[in-house]
Amino acid sequence: MAEQVIPTKKMPPGLQVENIDDRIMTLNVGPQHPGSGHMRIIVKIDGDYIVDADPDPGYVHRGEEKMAESRNYITNIPHLERPVIHDSCNILYPYVLGVEDLVGIEVPERAKYVRVIAAELNRCIYIQYWLAIYGIFLGHSTMFMWPAGDRELLIDLMEKITGARVTHAYFIPGGVRNDVPANFEDVCLRQVNYFEKRIKEYADIFYDNPILKARTEDTGVLSREDAIRLGTTGSVLRASGVDYDLRIKEPYDVYDELDVHTNVLKSGDSYARSKIPWLDMLESCNIIRQALEKMPKSGSIRTKLKPNPKGREDEVYRRVESGRGSAGCHIISRGKPEPYRLKLSVSSFRNLIALPYLLKGEKLGNMPAVYWSLNYWPVEADR
Amino acid sequence: MSKSEKKVTSKDEDKKKSEEKAIGDAIIAAANARREELAKEALATRSNKTLPKVVKEKSKEEKPKESKPKEEKPKESKPKEEKPKAAPPSKTDTEKESLPEFEKSFVDKISSQFTGDVEVGYIKENRTRVNVKKEKILEVAQFIKDNLPFDHAESVTGVDFPEDKEIGVVYHLGSYTDPTYSKQVLALATRVPREENPNPGNDSTKLPSLRDMFYSVEFHEREIFEMLGVYFESHPDNRRLLLPEDWADLPPLRKDFRNKGR
Repeated sequence: MAEQVIPTKKMPPGLQVENIDDRIMTLNVGPQHPGSGHMRIIVKIDGDYIVDADPDPGYVHRGEEKMAESRNYITNIPHLERPVIHDSCNILYPYVLGVEDLVGIEVPERAKYVRVIAAELNRCIYIQYWLAIYGIFLGHSTMFMWPAGDRELLIDLMEKITGARVTHAYFIPGGVRNDVPANFEDVCLRQVNYFEKRIKEYADIFYDNPILKARTEDTGVLSREDAIRLGTTGSVLRASGVDYDLRIKEPYDVYDELDVHTNVLKSGDSYARSKIPWLDMLESCNIIRQALEKMPKSGSIRTKLKPNPKGREDEVYRRVESGRGSAGCHIISRGKPEPYRLKLSVSSFRNLIALPYLLKGEKLGNMPAVYWSLNYWPVEADR
Repeated sequence: MSKSEKKVTSKDEDKKKSEEKAIGDAIIAAANARREELAKEALATRSNKTLPKVVKEKSKEEKPKESKPKEEKPKESKPKEEKPKAAPPSKTDTEKESLPEFEKSFVDKISSQFTGDVEVGYIKENRTRVNVKKEKILEVAQFIKDNLPFDHAESVTGVDFPEDKEIGVVYHLGSYTDPTYSKQVLALATRVPREENPNPGNDSTKLPSLRDMFYSVEFHEREIFEMLGVYFESHPDNRRLLLPEDWADLPPLRKDFRNKGR
């Protein structure tokens, strides 16, 4: 046997030649593997157990933050929603709120309600998309078909409001881009009621399914202390028993006038993490119904901005609860039409830190259950 | 009528087409030349070892351009100090006077503990900022962790200030455990020296890592290392996160890294 050649040059992670070892094996999951999304997870396994996991994001890094520095506050809108096109309203929300602070404009009451409705609809659209993927990777094809089909209901609704199926670019500083159609309240109420009826049926086929419970319960358990220490957010945090929802803790727009409840589970396993978004969808239906009732029936939907608005010399940090958790936007302005620096602090990036922690000690077969239960969207994390 | 006219003018159309083609070719040629120019400029502005002479010339040329923001800098620094004092009376007095008291109380705790090393950036409703010298950042972070309920970092922003020859790092700290602090975001800001020709990891742009106090900064600090070239000492894992492994250019979020065509 020839002696193994160990290169002296330090190779990038995942490319190094290892000692031949009969116990530890390195696996590259992704970036082409559909089960990993657009990212790579380098897992080291000992038999069937994962001993080390190293997430390697960045395959869909687009430099949104750099791009934002050379575009003005209005032309930034369409590209800043690109990281999460399924949840485009919520990813734009903190940016729009921040720019409103910097430019100093008030938003009409009706626009605030329209925004809340659009944001909640978008949350449902995102969660349905995520749930479809979660279902198919646990081998449950019906759970792929149902959410993908029911999602169309709300996409049609968003198309009626914004004119686009997925990339809406609907929120702008000062309000929303265009008004809702004339019979919107009736159509929306009908669709949402039907949607709620449909998603309640998911419990029978998916969440009460003994096979799903056997696969996801007690896998990837994140304790309350660790969820706080790792700075996780959104469904990951609330599945571990921390009651923290920015819609209640730091209400923006008209969330303080609505009766919003948050969903908290205590077990902190993959099952709890996958159930929280579903409960969130039911809560979103309640919020939409309340907002439709309280929304002023007529009125302005946006305050007109001056062309090429300039932000005052200041910095703002605004955050909202998006479909995956807290989405923050830190804007530093120097009195110019473009932001000096714009930082998106997105929930996928914050939750990624929990992945290696959760995977260690799990069986390799549990990896999809743990990974997708983090509500992780690689494109958002990479920005 | 229109059809017959078209038939008659078919020869003229051929001429027109050839003319148009010539014009189109000229436009494409001009565009290509412009693109090459831009590419050369872009190459020259980055610290490329193969073009040392061009780099020097370009940097000289650019200096007058960069001096414009220099003039603005003193203007900008003064209002920043004045703003926290000037802002409260401008808004509704009842709200503004009552609310920041809570924020002021815990910022005063920090600033009284570290007089001289900590400067209060601003105190607004739910948002506060303290600027700390980089030598004291570990001590201040430890103090915040021990005495205040901030338990995780929400976001870490790196900002390039080429006029000051500094890079700013802002930690946004939040609290999950204490409901009274759940609205608060404390920005813990510091600055490190910036070098013209960065050599990430081996130059003076270094900061102690806050990973021991706030574990959640781990990936954020890795991102800042690759995007701005700030090396975090005592961070166990200073590897690239988002950029490719063979990235050999400037850290991309520095201001002297230009987007193509911008």
